[in-house]
Parts: sequence; C-alpha cells; structure tokens
Amino acid sequence: MDNLTHLTIEGIHSLLARREASAEEIARAHIERIKRDDQNVRSYLSTCEEKATEQARAVDRRIAAGEPLLPLSGVPVAVKDVLLTRGLKTTCASKMLENFVAPYDATAVERLEAAGAVMLGKTNCDEFAMGSSTENSSFFSTRNPHDLTRVPGGSSGGSAAAVAASLATVALGSDTGGSIRQPAAFCGVVGMMGTYGRVSRYGLVAFASSLDHVGPFGRSVRDVARTLQVIAGRDPMDSTSAGVSVENYEKSFDGNVHGVKVGVPNEYFEGLNPEIRANIEKGIGVLERLGCEIVPIRLPHTEYAIACYYIICTAEASSNLARYDGVRYGYRAREYSGLRDMYRKTRDQGFGQEVKRRIMLGTYVLSSGYYDAYYLKAQKVRTLITRDFIEAFGDVDVIVAPTSPIPPFKLGEKMDDPLQMYLADIYTVTASLAGIPGISVPCGKLAGEPPLPVGMQIFAKHFDEARLLRVADAFEKAGGFDVC
Amino acid sequence: MALSEKDVLYVADLAHLELTNDEVKKFGPQLDAVLEYVQKLNELDTTGVEPMAQVTYPAAENPTLRDDRAQPCFTQAEALQNAPEPGGGCFKVPQVIERE
Repeated sequence: MDNLTHLTIEGIHSLLARREASAEEIARAHIERIKRDDQNVRSYLSTCEEKATEQARAVDRRIAAGEPLLPLSGVPVAVKDVLLTRGLKTTCASKMLENFVAPYDATAVERLEAAGAVMLGKTNCDEFAMGSSTENSSFFSTRNPHDLTRVPGGSSGGSAAAVAASLATVALGSDTGGSIRQPAAFCGVVGMMGTYGRVSRYGLVAFASSLDHVGPFGRSVRDVARTLQVIAGRDPMDSTSAGVSVENYEKSFDGNVHGVKVGVPNEYFEGLNPEIRANIEKGIGVLERLGCEIVPIRLPHTEYAIACYYIICTAEASSNLARYDGVRYGYRAREYSGLRDMYRKTRDQGFGQEVKRRIMLGTYVLSSGYYDAYYLKAQKVRTLITRDFIEAFGDVDVIVAPTSPIPPFKLGEKMDDPLQMYLADIYTVTASLAGIPGISVPCGKLAGEPPLPVGMQIFAKHFDEARLLRVADAFEKAGGFDVC
Repeated sequence: MALSEKDVLYVADLAHLELTNDEVKKFGPQLDAVLEYVQKLNELDTTGVEPMAQVTYPAAENPTLRDDRAQPCFTQAEALQNAPEPGGGCFKVPQVIERE
C-alpha cells in the first residue's frame, strides 16, 4: 500500500506507462491508507470511494486502449470542501451546508477530472475558509501529521494534511489571506496561490470575492506546477478570470536561476520566531549559492496589511454570506415566528462563532457612518500595499519571505483570542491584497521532537508564475528543503 | 472606543443574526479589540490615494465578458434539490404579509 502512496505525479505516470500498477490499484492504496491513517489526522470530511474507483477504471481503460496519458491521469486528488463537486456533499465545514449536495462542479474540479485525476474526497477546513488553524470547522479539528497535538494551519488544513500524510498526491485548496500557503508551511508541503484571476473561482463558495483564489498543494514543486497548469486559464463562467495565456511551467525547470534577482524585505523579519528566521536565512543562502543575486528591499506598508485585510475580507464576507437565509439551500431553523425571525434564528444556529464574528465586523465597517473611516480607508491602504510590490518588482524578479511568523501551534491555543489568530497571517495577507502570486515551499525543520516544518514564501509579479515556479523548483532541486 | 451591548445588538440586527446573551457579551470585547487594532490605518495619510476594490492588471488579451447568449441552466428539480422547504415547485417561505 505505502509504496503506491508516496509517489509524485511523474512516479505514478512511470508506473502506469510501464503497466507496473493500474490507476485502480493506486486509488485503492490511497483509499486503504485513508481508512488506516485518517482516524488520527482527520483530514477528510467525506470520501467518495465509488467515484474514485470509477474514475481510476476509466484511466485504466484509456491506457489499455493505447491512448496517451493526460497531465493528471490516475493522480489521486483531494478537494477542499469549499469547492463544489457535482453530486457530492459540499459543506464548507459548516452546519449551514451540512446536507448541501452540489448541483455542478467548480471549474477547477472539472478541469482536474478532465485531465484524468481521481477524486478521493473532500477535505476539512475552517468554516467558510475563515480561520488559520482548521479548528473553526463545525465538525472536527484536523491534526498536523508531524505532531498530532498541533494544528495543521488553515483554512485549507485538511488539504495540506492529506498531502503531507500521503492521503492524496495533490490537493486543491483556497487562499484568501494565506489559507493555502500557511497550512502548506505548517504541514511541510508545497502550496501555491496564482495571480488573482489566474484560476477561475466558479464553484468556489465565496468568502471575500476580491481576495479568493483556488490553488494546489503537492509534495513537490513540479506536482504543484502541473496541477496549476491544468486548472489555470480563462473561464467564461468567472468574469474576473484573466484572459492572459498560461505558460508551460515545467518546460523551464532546468534548475538554472543564475542572475535572478531575489528581493529580501526587511519588514518580514521583524517579530519573527528566531528559529524560523535562521531557517529562512539558510534558505536565502541556498538561492545565493545557486547564483541568485540577493537584494535587500523595502515594503514599507507591510505593518498595515493585517488591519487592511481584516476590514476588507470581513466586509466582503458579510455581503457574500447574506445569501444564507434558509430559503433556497442550506439549513433552516425549525421554530420561528415570521420571516425575519426565521432568518435570524437560521443564521444564528447555522453559523459558527468565527463566521458570526466576521459577519459582525464586516457589517460594522460597512454600516452608515463607518464606511469611509474603515472600508474606504482600507481600500486606499490596499493600493499602497500593492504599490509597494509593484515598485519592488521594478528592481527584483522575485521576493522571498517566511510564510508564518510562528511554528504550528497547539490545538486550542489561540481559539479564545481572535486578534492573536489574525496577527499570525501577517506574512501572507500582503500578496493576497496585491493579487500577486505566492508559493510556500518547505525550508527545513525546527530543532525539537518532533521536528516541525518551516515554510518559505516566494512572490513574483502579476502573472509571472513561470518565474516563481522556476525559482521554487531550483530551490527544491538544490536540496533547499533539506539543507536548512 | 468601546462597543456597547446596544451597538453589538444593532449590528447583529443589520446582519440578521440573533445572538445569544453569551455571544453578545463575548463578541463585544473581541470586536472592540479588532476595531482598536485597525485604527492603525489612521497613521497613514491616504489623501489622493485611489481606493482599490478589485485587483486589476494591464489589458487582458481577451475581453472579460462572455457573449450574452442563452445557455442551458438548472431544471426546476435541480434548483430545488437543496431547498429546506420546497413545495409546489417553489421555495416556501413563512408568511410575509398579514391576512386581513
């Protein structure tokens, strides 16, 4: 079982091509492993064994017929439960949608399946993707596979943990303020958010529409690049998806990054855990040895990013989540008197604490008399944060920074202090606000037992995913993950 | 600034949330802490800075809007499949207008 679950996409394809394993055997190995190991990790909210078997058999039939492999043929994938999957439950880890069966597929899911992927199931997350630890799930908490007493990060903690624990080869998550990159760092895997508009949001349950991204997790940069390649590109169903052509990411993976200018922003090293700092500095050293030119840069508005982000994301969330009214889909309170009371009781009973907190905050900052002071102000600061990046990319090709200021924390540790939880997002919300692409790659581990993973981010300018991935791949090939 | 219980209830009302007494007591100080923190933005002079509502990028290669043409859509049964209270091919809601 285990020799079929640690593979990369290339590893799977070489077995399939040589007929040494069938797609069905690979799917079966993953399903068995989920049954064995996910009792501890708890990364999946639901699995879809029948669908997986059916899809794997279809791949095997293609191979038997002599047809060429598709980019993700036979690759077992997990999908965060905020992405719609036709005929399967899509709960957003919320009581509000506990019994919601999606009537259509998200574009990203449809593209994965069209590329031959085998869907294993839906992964746990913070309710409506609101959180940084996956503890806000209405159903249960996912544990970090490296240390089961710690959180996997969030909000896409289930997807990150599933990939880290070899319970899927790749996974989809969503990133609004760091929800792919931070759990990737906490779980020691690769996670990426493309440029805003690079991947269609159609079928992604909306949290904050101007910030929401769909993106991949994998155990190698190449797997992440392949998956992004499949899901990226214009979609007529999302008017914010970009009509910018998608480059062939893997084509440039030759390990040569000589002369690439790598910006290191001082602002991302303030208030950072000293051991994480040491790892990131070693990581930067690896890039330097590869021939990159390390350039100190300034991103002066970084310290305002959390305040800016939590105004904008809650404002958008309060508007997006107004749709849960107990009428067209989702939960409806059992007892009420009249329409208004039905709305109020439905929403009180259906939403969890963090979701209510964010709806309250968002409603407040948009309310009469406060709109200019909070929401409009935050939108202006968003412009300043974006300008910081655009100016920096006038001088450098990519920017590197830590992904999280702190290591994976203990379950329950931050649940009673929302502001402290929000502050942990400091290094990831900036790229979300600016709409630039960002990846988190493993950058060694912290001393201690068990050793906890550290993640390093790489940012690039809008639509420069190819360069970002090329640097990440070279870093990985140079042993960046281990030497730190 | 301090958010009174009255303020919390006012905002909850705008958001169609019926909070329990415990939630009102808990959310007040928590929201207060966040609102106090975000005052930080006032350190910045944003005179003349354009607000950013959406990420924009230099001219896309293709237009972003699709042609306005009718396409297949949900059947009535599909549209109603997740309704908490469907009835007669419609979404049922509590009575809105009082009977005479």
